[in-house]
Amino acid sequence: MEHSEPIVEKPFETKELTVSMGPQHPATHGVLRLVLNLDGENVVKCTPYVGYLHRGVEKLGENRTYLAALPLSDRLDYISSMNNNVGYVNAVEKLFGIEAPERAKYIRTMVAEMGRLSSHIIWLGTHVIDIGATTPFLLAMAQRERILDLFEMLCGARLTVSYPRVGGVRNDISQEFLDTLYEFVLEFPHRIDDYETLVTENRIWKDRTMGVGVISAKEAVNWGLTGGMLRGSGIDYDVRKYVPYDAYDKVDFMVPVGRDPGDCYDRYKVRVEEMRQANRIIKQCVEDLPAGPVMADAPKFTLPPKDLVLKDMEHLIHQFVLITKGPSVAEGEVYVGTEVPKGELGFYFVSDGTGKPYRMRVRAPSYVHASVLPRLSEGGYVADVIANIGTIDIVLGECDR
Amino acid sequence: MEPLQIAEKIKEKFPESWVDVKEFRGQVSVTLKKERIVEICSFLHDDPDLSLDYLVDLCGADYLGKKEKRFEVVYHLYSIPLRHAIRLKAEVPESDMKIDSVVPVWIGANWHEREAYDMFGIVFRGHPDLRRILLPETWEGFPLRKDYPLQGPEKEWSGFLDVLDRAKRYREFEWTD
Repeated sequence: MEHSEPIVEKPFETKELTVSMGPQHPATHGVLRLVLNLDGENVVKCTPYVGYLHRGVEKLGENRTYLAALPLSDRLDYISSMNNNVGYVNAVEKLFGIEAPERAKYIRTMVAEMGRLSSHIIWLGTHVIDIGATTPFLLAMAQRERILDLFEMLCGARLTVSYPRVGGVRNDISQEFLDTLYEFVLEFPHRIDDYETLVTENRIWKDRTMGVGVISAKEAVNWGLTGGMLRGSGIDYDVRKYVPYDAYDKVDFMVPVGRDPGDCYDRYKVRVEEMRQANRIIKQCVEDLPAGPVMADAPKFTLPPKDLVLKDMEHLIHQFVLITKGPSVAEGEVYVGTEVPKGELGFYFVSDGTGKPYRMRVRAPSYVHASVLPRLSEGGYVADVIANIGTIDIVLGECDR
Repeated sequence: MEPLQIAEKIKEKFPESWVDVKEFRGQVSVTLKKERIVEICSFLHDDPDLSLDYLVDLCGADYLGKKEKRFEVVYHLYSIPLRHAIRLKAEVPESDMKIDSVVPVWIGANWHEREAYDMFGIVFRGHPDLRRILLPETWEGFPLRKDYPLQGPEKEWSGFLDVLDRAKRYREFEWTD
């Protein structure tokens, strides 16, 4: 029998492929662009490009008075603007050397935790829909709507709220708001159970997140990660516990941590537990809400009440000077960090004694977290890049400023 | 450890780099000469009594006409195990806009230094990938400098002119179905 020609296997040739993912891509959560060098399914190199949403917030802030620059902070992390406002007013209050009254502190803590819930709900919804589960997204968004309705009841705005003000909050809260909020708080843990039923033990979810985006505790600290990204790796750093601001030293809550080294699944567990803790904080704030004023008695720095402005001359002049010239501030510099849903949001102010900040710097957690994407993604599969973008919980408004 | 004690330690260890120390609202900032900044940072990072392992923030600042040395690079450091913080400020004169990069100490400094380069034009020696980050690579000027106009330069950025030109050509194009 004659042998046929042996089949010579031609060596299978592969070529490195460069793919530009974004800036218009639904899974990049905004205008993030990643240039991926792929070898088949494997990511060889990942280069993030940010800055598509750069609006020069720092430069704008340096050209406005301290009181007038507050709405700029809404536009940083636009899905949890309440927390940005709280961060901004805390930093400015530290610079001014004033303190908000007790009631205002409790209200701020309450609304900041509502902001955290609404942000974590978005994170959960988008993270799981990126990986392929549609149901939790729709369930989550329905709950977020309730929080936004509460914000609307509180101050008239749903997204860019500007409710916390330097020295307190804009207006006192109504009994109707408190009742609706309490009803929501009692019911919400069951909704978290719903999400967990659908996601936590889900085989596909576990396969897609466990062992993906692994980072050790030491490395996470060295990268400057904060928030859920850091706590997912087993370090309990939380600004609310380490350097308490507002009423966080008066409420009881726990800081959930993951294992070292942490992966996407650990960070998922941490953030879900954070939602339960945020819910607990809101409940305590509603129950323990002290009576009293909601604006600090610091006429040199805070605007006078509107009814008095309309009635007498002195208050009108006072308001005029504060709005046009700005408050006169001592020379110096402060950095104040606060815990926003994404991590540590810091404001660094340099004052030269005028009513405008000489230097305003925003330390945005998403910016730092975007820089760690190559570290998490390189060497993994291209599908895991999506999981990694979801797990860093990025908002480009904050990243690009 | 109290922040002033940390400042004292830096002064003891690096007397020739010392400029001054200021306290405001309980926060301490130490001004330093830029020459030995990486050594100082790795000392602060590695010393077991200090162990400032977390670089909170790094940014530039422009003191045009206010200070003799125009620029500063500001480092906010925090120690997660020991819970203390300090702020370092390295002076960068306009005549020599170079400073050593601290990426070997904190890898997270990478993007912060790129941003400081992008916004102020401060060059970080030894940085692995010093490019503009928030602005397009063809951008001219450094926006956060005090002599940069708020509304931007009079001449439009070339990339935007290019877009306008393309839009005009598309408008003139005869679309047929």
